Amino acid sequence: MDLHELQQIARRERERRRRIRIHCCTSLGCHASNAIEIKRRLEEAVIAAGLEGEIEVAGVGCMGFCGHGPMVEIDPENILYEYVSPDDAPSIVASIHGGACTAGRGDKNHPFFARQYPIVRKNGGKIDPERIEEYIAAGGYRSLYRAINEMTPAEVIDEITRSGLRGRGGAGYPTGLKWATVAKSRGDRRFVVCNGDEGDPGAFMDRSVLESDPHLVLEGMSIAAYAVGADQGYVYVRGEYPLAIERLQKAINQAKKHSLLGSQIFDSALDFRVDIRVGAGAFVCGEETALIASIEGGRGQPRPRPPYPAESGLWGKPTLINNVETFANIASIIERGSAWYSGIGTESSRGTKVFALTGKICNTGLVEVPMGMTLREIVEGLGGGAPDGGTVKAVQTGGPSGGCIPASLFDTPVDYESLAKVGSIMGSGGMVVMDEATNMVELAKFYMEFCMDESCGKCIPCRVGTVQIYRLLEKITAGEATPADVDQLRALCQLVRDTSLCGLGQSAPNPVISTLKYFPEEYDALIKP
Amino acid sequence: MAAKTLKINGTMISAREGESILEAARDSGVSIPTLCHLDGLSDVGACRLCIVDVGGRLRPACTTAVAEGMDIQTNTEQLRAYRRQIVELLFAERGHVCAVCVASGHCELQNLAVSLGMDHVRYDYLAPTCTVDISHQRFGIDHNRCVLCTRCVRACDEVEGVHTWDISGRGTSARIISDLNQPWGDAESCTSCGKCLLACPTGALFQRGSTVAEMEHASGRIAVIVESRRVRG
Repeated sequence: MDLHELQQIARRERERRRRIRIHCCTSLGCHASNAIEIKRRLEEAVIAAGLEGEIEVAGVGCMGFCGHGPMVEIDPENILYEYVSPDDAPSIVASIHGGACTAGRGDKNHPFFARQYPIVRKNGGKIDPERIEEYIAAGGYRSLYRAINEMTPAEVIDEITRSGLRGRGGAGYPTGLKWATVAKSRGDRRFVVCNGDEGDPGAFMDRSVLESDPHLVLEGMSIAAYAVGADQGYVYVRGEYPLAIERLQKAINQAKKHSLLGSQIFDSALDFRVDIRVGAGAFVCGEETALIASIEGGRGQPRPRPPYPAESGLWGKPTLINNVETFANIASIIERGSAWYSGIGTESSRGTKVFALTGKICNTGLVEVPMGMTLREIVEGLGGGAPDGGTVKAVQTGGPSGGCIPASLFDTPVDYESLAKVGSIMGSGGMVVMDEATNMVELAKFYMEFCMDESCGKCIPCRVGTVQIYRLLEKITAGEATPADVDQLRALCQLVRDTSLCGLGQSAPNPVISTLKYFPEEYDALIKP
Repeated sequence: MAAKTLKINGTMISAREGESILEAARDSGVSIPTLCHLDGLSDVGACRLCIVDVGGRLRPACTTAVAEGMDIQTNTEQLRAYRRQIVELLFAERGHVCAVCVASGHCELQNLAVSLGMDHVRYDYLAPTCTVDISHQRFGIDHNRCVLCTRCVRACDEVEGVHTWDISGRGTSARIISDLNQPWGDAESCTSCGKCLLACPTGALFQRGSTVAEMEHASGRIAVIVESRRVRG
């Protein structure tokens, strides 16, 4: 494979395309609402109308507006249909030549779309994730070519450092610094690992990226491999994401076939292979040391850090672990430059972040917005606020590790530092919206039950502390607790936060601590004097 | 090997490079409570009793290497409160009844409770259903008394080289298992060496036929075995 071949594939793909493409979302949400049947009926309708020469139907990745799916889009007319049913197919095809359409029209100018800034999701809803040709036609694998042929590994790392990109898995560690550490760590072999063990309830950003644009992640990983000197990569995907696994495996096979993975990529000295490792349903495996243990075939449980994986990771070798979304940013940074990327977002948090909006919100789905946008704008502007005239009371960011932010603090800009200041975390990007009907003590109990069930059992504070916290919350919601129980609850939260071994335990009390802080009256109402 | 200079409880001490805070502290006569640590075995940092304050951050002493200029506090009021809470959590987790336990008087958990001043438990007793396995000819395991420190797992794996023991399940449902979760007596890999009994801090692993307060573990033997192997190469 060389640049000429890459350009030829892109040209052939453009020539193959019909004038009009009907994009039919086949990502999981729409998939589950009959999208495959809709796509089949659309194809039938095109043939029945004798328009095969003019119109093609393409199964594409996630368009983001999952709550209004299944979604269908006419390209390049930019017409969007929502809540589509298979029976709408003939009229959608007929509408291209002026017929009436039975499907509901979506609004591409809605703030939900208009206020977004897609980088990670730039190809979502536009290309068929199962065809590498479409990714290449959209400019794919150019950045990898550029990195290998025009830049040294040190220059690639420098570019990522200057972009200001920080880890999108939640903690926000500077990506360039991590790459540089791995590159400088001593070892006869290095690994690149992509963390796709997205486990927060209400988070589905990484699944959507893997389902919609798997090559974007693979390209990011390959650039990372070149930069840090790795020859083997692993994508760790949770077993609950069968469609993501299937598409990623297809993408790996296609990339191998086109020599974009394997030996001597772009005729350079870079050898890089990628394999998938499927998780077996443990939330704690999203923690990097537990994830490494799981890839090695051991019991998925964390170990104390340091040493960090950058120094001693998979099989004791220097290992770069980044999240799916982090890798999905890399190709764009190499393509458009660090200056462009660092111009987006805020001083300390550059670029964009993908959020999954769920809960009591009108517009359920995925949004990618510049860092620094306020919670209000995301929840009320893009998300449309609570449905049925309800009032949004709070939003939980960062899942079970995050905190609950009350509506009074919705002018908080969404960046790593500001969210930490109000007692929550950026997390991987889940945003669960609550309205007046939600009891915050029940919410805290829900998250604590989750952490209790997911605790691996290695360290005592997390293993037993979460159970005792859960029991106290049960006592409170049953109206049987006294003020002394609340003191006990606070003391336990502090213990579990300060002494647990890994991030799961250390952050498990956050939902309780933040609801105690912002909604004390809801606890008080349940306490016996 | 370079030496490091650091401060423990306000006193300057020297330590070997690569040494843990726990080793350095013990060398200088500072005792730090431990449970999952056993001399001769690898450290896992699981029980969190040895947490110390390193410049305002809490770190497990057993798995944190010394560094030049560290300022360590091992016995603050906060640390004592946390340690006490952790031991309380353990007592509430399973059925620890000293009065009928083979290890009473020789039990590390009991000793910890005494030394940390833990005279009552403020938490709900979880009282799970735990089994007692006496299918082995000479030994038995009572899961009611297990604290999941994994010392038996490591002794079996690292010293005997067998790995009969491992863990199944997670959270409070985690249990020590032999081979593929078979009765101990059916575990073909077990050599009946008894090292797991030496390593056990409580009465969970015991010699069959021993009665209340009769089970002494002699856990120091593990370190002697490891050290003598090292000396003889």
